[in-house]
Amino acid sequence: MNSMQNSLKVEIGGYHTGNIPPLLHEIRHALRNLLDNGETTTIDLRSLPMAPGEQQQLLDILGKGEISVHLDALGKSEITESIYAGVWLIIHYNNNGEVMGKFIEITRVPAILKAQTADMEESLAALQMRLEEI
Amino acid sequence: MSNNKPLGQALREQGVSRRGFLKFCATTASLMALPPSMVPAIAKALESARRPSVIWLSFQECTGCTESLTRSHAPTLEGLIFDNISLDYHHTLQAASGDAAEAAREAAMEENKGNYLLVVDGSIPLGNPGYSTIAGISNLEMLKEVAEHAAAIIAVGTCAAYGGLPHANPNPTGAVSVEEIIKDKPIVNVPGCPPIPVVITGVLAHFLTFGKLPELDHLGRPLAFYGNNIHDRCYRRPFYDKGLFANTFDDEGARKGWCLFKLGCKGPVTYNACATIKWNDGTSFPIEAGHGCLGCSEPNFWDMGGFYNALSESTMNLSRTAAVGIAVGAAAGTASGLLNRRKKSKAEAAHETVSVKDLQREDKS
Repeated sequence: MNSMQNSLKVEIGGYHTGNIPPLLHEIRHALRNLLDNGETTTIDLRSLPMAPGEQQQLLDILGKGEISVHLDALGKSEITESIYAGVWLIIHYNNNGEVMGKFIEITRVPAILKAQTADMEESLAALQMRLEEI
Repeated sequence: MSNNKPLGQALREQGVSRRGFLKFCATTASLMALPPSMVPAIAKALESARRPSVIWLSFQECTGCTESLTRSHAPTLEGLIFDNISLDYHHTLQAASGDAAEAAREAAMEENKGNYLLVVDGSIPLGNPGYSTIAGISNLEMLKEVAEHAAAIIAVGTCAAYGGLPHANPNPTGAVSVEEIIKDKPIVNVPGCPPIPVVITGVLAHFLTFGKLPELDHLGRPLAFYGNNIHDRCYRRPFYDKGLFANTFDDEGARKGWCLFKLGCKGPVTYNACATIKWNDGTSFPIEAGHGCLGCSEPNFWDMGGFYNALSESTMNLSRTAAVGIAVGAAAGTASGLLNRRKKSKAEAAHETVSVKDLQREDKS
């Protein structure tokens, strides 16, 4: 590396907003609330300032647990349980594969995974019709 | 033209499942900077929402705001525009041109009288109506005509919100913002040069969801996006607090990502969402790229005393120069304003348009 390259060297990383520990505490409080009161919490990761690399650091701390689900509705979605049971990472993409939203949901099962009543009613009618054709 | 089918029904007919709808609502809540706990309320409102007609007028602008919007990755612009709003007039995006385009605007205004949403980008010249015309109609006349029966107005970009670059000292065209002309309609300012795309779509989504404009700050900006200043949400803020600053763009502090305050960063006096929402699909924002904030979402940001001067440096002389410039501009504006009012009254009487010849005549007089 010559002297010019040395002088242009830009150091990345090492920036800290200090937001990761409070966020982890917020998740801890939410998990306690889920256990004690059955209340779910959703945290929008877009609403917090993060230094370059900090969000990845957070995701590394949460890790990947036993369940990973791919949803295909208005683009892909990835729903992953962290190594901490009840703490889920949800990433929504649009049809172009761009991230539309990134959330941490503290719940037993993320709401978007549950079959919706109206969809089930429509499915019931569709299945009925299919049976009549047989 | 507007489709009166409720959004929920329209989406189902397009094969969108409830899961898809829930996802749409979750990302819309995030887009509007609303807490995720609002998702059920948003779902309920959107289920029965109807598509508003939108008329988009571009005046003295660079098309940067439209460029920003068309690169929006949020619940997809194409989804927002083609499924959720009825964009009935937009010079740059519409297929029609000339008389057909103007006919589309007039038809949309007539059909949706009192209910359509007017989006404006660009400032309006008062100095001479011919500085900027569309189909021979001055910007001022077209704005007044379309605003008269609009439900609400969204001034997109700093030019429409506060005058922007055309309004910068010495403001040769006498450029003013929308709210300096229209006084009797709800107006929301979405400033930025350009505004963050999801902020534009977020405001549209809010109107679509709740049928009204979001809560605004003292400068008419939606609080959800402009409630915090860049400085307070900046990841470099801890360096400011520790007194660690970059003094040049290539010193040790710059390389280590220290605070850019001394290099003219206007983050402490600029209210916008760049530090959290960021740009280019959430990749980065100017400070993350190593350059201070220019303050582009604030009124008169071009005349704030130099992009590279620290906020702590005195700008007294510059302010005085600007004040004198504004006074001179105002006097000139008053004179030409009288001329314009006469011209406009005459034009209104016959719905006359302004031609190049008219301009040349006025320049000589």
